[in-house]
Amino acid sequence: MSRISKGKSGGITRRGFLIAMTSVGMSFGFPRHLLAAMNPASPDGKVLPSEGDVYEPSLWYSIDTAGKIKVNIIRSEMGQHVGTAIARILADELEASWDDIEIIHVDSDPRWGFMVTGGSWSVSQSWPVYRKAGAAGRIALIESAAKKWGIPAAQCQAIDGKIVSSKGEISYGKLVELGLTRQFTEDELKTLPLKPNQDLKLVGKQVTSLDIANKTNGKSIYGIDAKVEGMVYANPILPPTRYGSKVVSIDDTAAQQVKGYQKTIILDDPSESVTGWLMVIASSFIAAQKASKLVEVTWDAGATTKVSEADIINHGKTLIDDQSKGSILDTGNVDTESAFAKASSNISEQYITDTVLHAQMEPLNALVFKNPDGIWEVHSGCQWQSLTLPVLAKALAEDEANIVLRSYMLGGGFGRRLNGDYTVPAALASKAMGGVPVKMILTRAQDIQFDSARSASVQQLKMAFDENKSVIGMEHHAAAGWPTQALAPGFMPKGVNDEPYDPFSIAGADHWYQVGAQKVRAISNDLAMATFRPGWLRSVGPGWTGWAVESFMDEAAHHAGKDPLQFRLDMLIAEGRNAGSTPVAEGGAARQAAVLKKAGEMIGWGSEQPENSGIGIASTFGQEREMPTWVACGVQVKVDKANGLVDVEKLVIAIDAGIIVDPNGAEAQCQGAALWGLSMALYEGTELLNGQYKDDNFDTYTPLRLAQAPEVKIEFMVNQYPPSGLGEPAVTPVAPAIANAIYNAVGVRLRKLPMKPKDLRAALSQA
Amino acid sequence: MAKFILNGELKSADVESDTPLLWVIRDELEMTGTKFGCGIGTCGACTVHVGGRATRSCITPVSSVEGAEITTIEGLAEKDDHPLQISWKKIQVPQCGYCQSGQIMQAAALLKDIPNPSDKDIDAVMGGNLCRCMTYIRIRDAIHEAANKIKEHNDEQNI
Repeated sequence: MSRISKGKSGGITRRGFLIAMTSVGMSFGFPRHLLAAMNPASPDGKVLPSEGDVYEPSLWYSIDTAGKIKVNIIRSEMGQHVGTAIARILADELEASWDDIEIIHVDSDPRWGFMVTGGSWSVSQSWPVYRKAGAAGRIALIESAAKKWGIPAAQCQAIDGKIVSSKGEISYGKLVELGLTRQFTEDELKTLPLKPNQDLKLVGKQVTSLDIANKTNGKSIYGIDAKVEGMVYANPILPPTRYGSKVVSIDDTAAQQVKGYQKTIILDDPSESVTGWLMVIASSFIAAQKASKLVEVTWDAGATTKVSEADIINHGKTLIDDQSKGSILDTGNVDTESAFAKASSNISEQYITDTVLHAQMEPLNALVFKNPDGIWEVHSGCQWQSLTLPVLAKALAEDEANIVLRSYMLGGGFGRRLNGDYTVPAALASKAMGGVPVKMILTRAQDIQFDSARSASVQQLKMAFDENKSVIGMEHHAAAGWPTQALAPGFMPKGVNDEPYDPFSIAGADHWYQVGAQKVRAISNDLAMATFRPGWLRSVGPGWTGWAVESFMDEAAHHAGKDPLQFRLDMLIAEGRNAGSTPVAEGGAARQAAVLKKAGEMIGWGSEQPENSGIGIASTFGQEREMPTWVACGVQVKVDKANGLVDVEKLVIAIDAGIIVDPNGAEAQCQGAALWGLSMALYEGTELLNGQYKDDNFDTYTPLRLAQAPEVKIEFMVNQYPPSGLGEPAVTPVAPAIANAIYNAVGVRLRKLPMKPKDLRAALSQA
Repeated sequence: MAKFILNGELKSADVESDTPLLWVIRDELEMTGTKFGCGIGTCGACTVHVGGRATRSCITPVSSVEGAEITTIEGLAEKDDHPLQISWKKIQVPQCGYCQSGQIMQAAALLKDIPNPSDKDIDAVMGGNLCRCMTYIRIRDAIHEAANKIKEHNDEQNI
């Protein structure tokens, strides 16, 4: 945590996650850290050896004498082709030939600084760092060639992996072979001349991502594929509650009949990640899984065995009613009382979302052992190495320096693997067995039971209007379980009332509309916190705050008797705090207005629709105010009134993420995110039942399938602003656009996610 | 002792007869391209071909495929150049990639039965294969692309 610079509020900021570029220098020989890294383009992920000496202009890459460039990527690959995008940034500034680039997903060595893959931050945060790193190498190579030729550096040019001048040309590999000694101070790095954005050659151009080929032939290696000599398999037995259960007794008589069964270990977990767990050890996964069903365990159960979804939602409502609860965000003028007191009319509506599961395709797993050097090796896909290491250190009672997380492909992250709790049981079992390699795989049912779900939420939104039906005040109160409180409380900033809040459980409510006085209050639902471990789930807070804000904006427009698109545009004014204060946010609310207009054009806003069909729009700023990705969605739906089914026939997304580094990958992320948004709007959502998630597999938990995917069109705004992020934002406007379209189709308003056919039928019968 | 032909080679494994084929392939024969997703045949990540038919290996006891010819993603095409693998790369279908072995194996079986599938055919046959990254739009495109390439190839052969 000491690596993270804190914002003035004391909490995490977007810039707080930035990795400071460390000093540059030279090193020779095969870098030892590469032995523990992964190249997604090579068979089995093995890193290819470098040829001859290597030159490391910065921490982030090396060039060998063959001119091959290994780009070190600290972000995990979980489908976003992040290595390709980041390497493009570096190669462009370095003037490297793309064919010479190799991606290296590194292990958790402290030299890399803070390692997290989430928040849609990867490209946006890597942009300045890898450009400077590339520029450093380019300048060093030019100077080296100039010196060799005895001409001024200004007469040399870097092009496609070579330095060219009137004296001829010389390759990067040759220059490395001749030896390079240029070093840069931190100050020099800060002032390195970068290429003008319009001169970028690789950024913005189509490329085949380097991880794709091995994902079509079975050669990509995921955590679940990790293996080492002599490993045993483990399958856990989970307690009846997430917290507080204690094993009283076990009987493994029946399990002993299973061929290959070895033993059952009761875990003692100082990190309290897996309290009340047992691990069944066997010679194969199947034997471990079979045996784990046969071990009889008696627990002294925790306190939450009776908690239901309704309990959590009702508790959220109670918390919202208590004005003393929660943290009030700094939104400028928070004095809404006087605005509401003088209002000529006001509206107030409540929005509810059910619990949502990650259900990433690769069930949680980890392989852990103590290697001959005394280092604990943890082989598993992970999104937040820097958060997971201290948890493992506590669990193992071991120094962090003696633990390393190795990189693997992630069979889906979506935020589940930000929380590395699943590495702990394998580590504890290995420790109990003297460090032998233990490979743990969870069944799907166990994976879901152990999920860090997106908490159910309750939101109360209020708006005050003057006599002209113009907006003069708005309040947004939100109660949910807070992942950041559960897992990384140090990242919680404080509100204007000095109370801490989880930024990932309220972002989105602090929108860019000019609404006069604005109060945003975030409340932690302590019953949710006690019952399960809330998690960050793709699009985090804005996945549900955006649903409330953008549904409510439509309701407010109807109250005001205005066109919902124009109503929004009238309030998206790039002034004051909505002008945008960071480089990425430059342009502010005007950029949100632009994508909204664009989406309106794309979907045919205002066009006549047949009976029971409707168009809906919604717009958000993606994930957070400091790194906005402006996004708007338009949908066309057809409602079957008889059965309450909603058919989303068309879905369009207009998106402004600044410069698009990898257009193909960007489009793929937006397509997937938009469908993820659709899936959560109509098809997903579980509920707590007796303290556990009701669903435990894909028979009853039903994410979108191919036949349910509509036509999707994505359009990117073209500009030269620095890149923001794309992994999540397109999720956020989809659900409210659908709710608004349903209203326009059949005149009923649904205020609960997912929007189920039975809820629509019930609403229609009351209409 | 289970015996079957895997990607053209006779294989045997000393496992219990009720062991799911998936785990024999992954853990005993150490071919990890076939993935574990749900264990109940609802997600399709474990799809292989048994006698040319798409089969969910996670719910297929190894005893039921005794002597059968089994093909996994590793054996679909010698040089990873099945028309679907080519179109999958061209259209850049995979995101996390975890479900894609199953998607490709299911699609390969589809093209065998219906060489020129309509969108409805694709919906029906691919409906059992879940993709959590939601790469569905590109899966559909890549199946059409491969079908067209196969047709062009066959047309050339017939000239």
